[in-house]
Amino acid sequence: MDIFIQQLINGLVVGSIYALIALGYTMVYGILQLINFAHGEIVMMGAMITISAVSILSGSGVNLPGPLLVVAGLLVSIPITMLLGFTIERVAYRPLRKAPRLAPLITAIGISIVLQQVAVLIWKNNPRSFPDLLPHASHDFMGAVITDLQILIVVLALVVMGGLLIMVEKTKLGRAMRAVSMNQSVASLMGVNINYVISMTFVIGSALGAVAGVMVGANYGLAYPTMGFMIGLKAFTAAVLGGIGNLAGAVAGGLLLGIIESVGAGYLGPITGGVLGSHYQDIFAFMVLILVLVFRPSGLLGERVAERA
Amino acid sequence: MSEQKTLLEVKGLQVAYGGIQAVKGIDLEIKQGELVALIGANGAGKTTTLKTLVGMVKPAAGTIIYNGEDSTRIPVHHYVSRGLAMVPEGRGIFPRLTVEENLWMGAYYRNDKAEILMDLERVYGLFPRLKERYKQLAGTLSGGEQQMVAMGRAILSRPKLLLLDEPSMGLAPIIVQKIFEIIRQIASEGVTMLLVEQNAKLALKTANRGYVMESGRITYADSADALLANEKVQHAYLGE
Repeated sequence: MDIFIQQLINGLVVGSIYALIALGYTMVYGILQLINFAHGEIVMMGAMITISAVSILSGSGVNLPGPLLVVAGLLVSIPITMLLGFTIERVAYRPLRKAPRLAPLITAIGISIVLQQVAVLIWKNNPRSFPDLLPHASHDFMGAVITDLQILIVVLALVVMGGLLIMVEKTKLGRAMRAVSMNQSVASLMGVNINYVISMTFVIGSALGAVAGVMVGANYGLAYPTMGFMIGLKAFTAAVLGGIGNLAGAVAGGLLLGIIESVGAGYLGPITGGVLGSHYQDIFAFMVLILVLVFRPSGLLGERVAERA
Repeated sequence: MSEQKTLLEVKGLQVAYGGIQAVKGIDLEIKQGELVALIGANGAGKTTTLKTLVGMVKPAAGTIIYNGEDSTRIPVHHYVSRGLAMVPEGRGIFPRLTVEENLWMGAYYRNDKAEILMDLERVYGLFPRLKERYKQLAGTLSGGEQQMVAMGRAILSRPKLLLLDEPSMGLAPIIVQKIFEIIRQIASEGVTMLLVEQNAKLALKTANRGYVMESGRITYADSADALLANEKVQHAYLGE
């Protein structure tokens, strides 16, 4: 088996999930200059609610094919996470909109802890296995293995991201979002309801987060109430790597981070003579974060057109 | 002029910013079709006055009657659909939107796409330079072109009352001439305007009437010609 190709495939899968989550961070940052640290918990909620919804549905005798059951679960979890994202902004961030930037940042961490603990109360602090409902036949690909599930995750992620980019580039709401991210007071002069645009940003980001959460659950086969912390931190790293505030950057950063991490982990054992195993893969993500912050704090695509006076 | 309808009436307007009173009780009146200049030194409260008129700053006291309605308590984003538009100081273009996207933002509240497209062509007619650069990011334009974007964007909102804050600021004299030509043209099409300008002479030569503002108060209010002829105004603001 070709380790490089295999790790590239694994990295692409994880990376497209990071990219979906990173979009949520970067959209909010672009508009509010706020790192919404609670976003990782939205991802977790998406996964946990889907698992519960699926188990309630199948427990109540609903007889649907596996993939449709997952879709049904998503139809429950996406609206709930959208509502959560909306409420978090309304309750925790909006009152602090004019406060020093540290205040909403601390609040974001607080909300993240609250959501995590609520999840522990609901689901207990144990991993839940993600029901085995999606196809995962393996195929041989250039000497490596790729599964149906992996293909599904990457394709779905690309479709969702493409949809988001089209929305932002081509629709009136998207244009308003970009305008608000550049100059809120002038955007409001143009008739844009700033609060509506900000709410929509949270709502859309949360929907993407829920989809990503389900992908994480399906990819690793499990989900748990504290999973949001690490996955959130990775996706945040991806957003910074791509240039936070930049949508294409979040996609590029996510894919790149996933690939760096997987390929790195694949060779970590051989490089260190077996001292460090592949479970040290997280160090790659955070090494990347440190290197970016030191050498290119604006990220890969973070360069902005200068605003002339 | 006197039989014309009053479009904007400001009475006893006071505005305070964190303890500093920027506007200390002013009265303004603008009739339909007028082009009124508001001149004065830096820090006199001109920009604050404009921002208050479009709801970006809430007044501490006083009333603003626009088109017969008290408009002091409505949210900022509702002004434009009532026909109040502002070209803000420093132009306020969206730098990473294209020229055309910037213009579309002016028509954000409108849903009459066919009419918007007509207005867009009209703006391109006024500013052919913008048509050449419609796909370019507005942040990459020169200062004069950015001013054109800001004015075109305001035109796309179909204003009844257009507020212009320092349209000549930082621009080369030849561009200033061009911008003021457009201002006269928009005025001749019946748009009422309130023009805040550092370049007092140019502003008064363009306007029908003028107000002079000094440390948050209106010190002179007269026809533009009378202000141009007023020795004290000449001495303080016209460099004569």
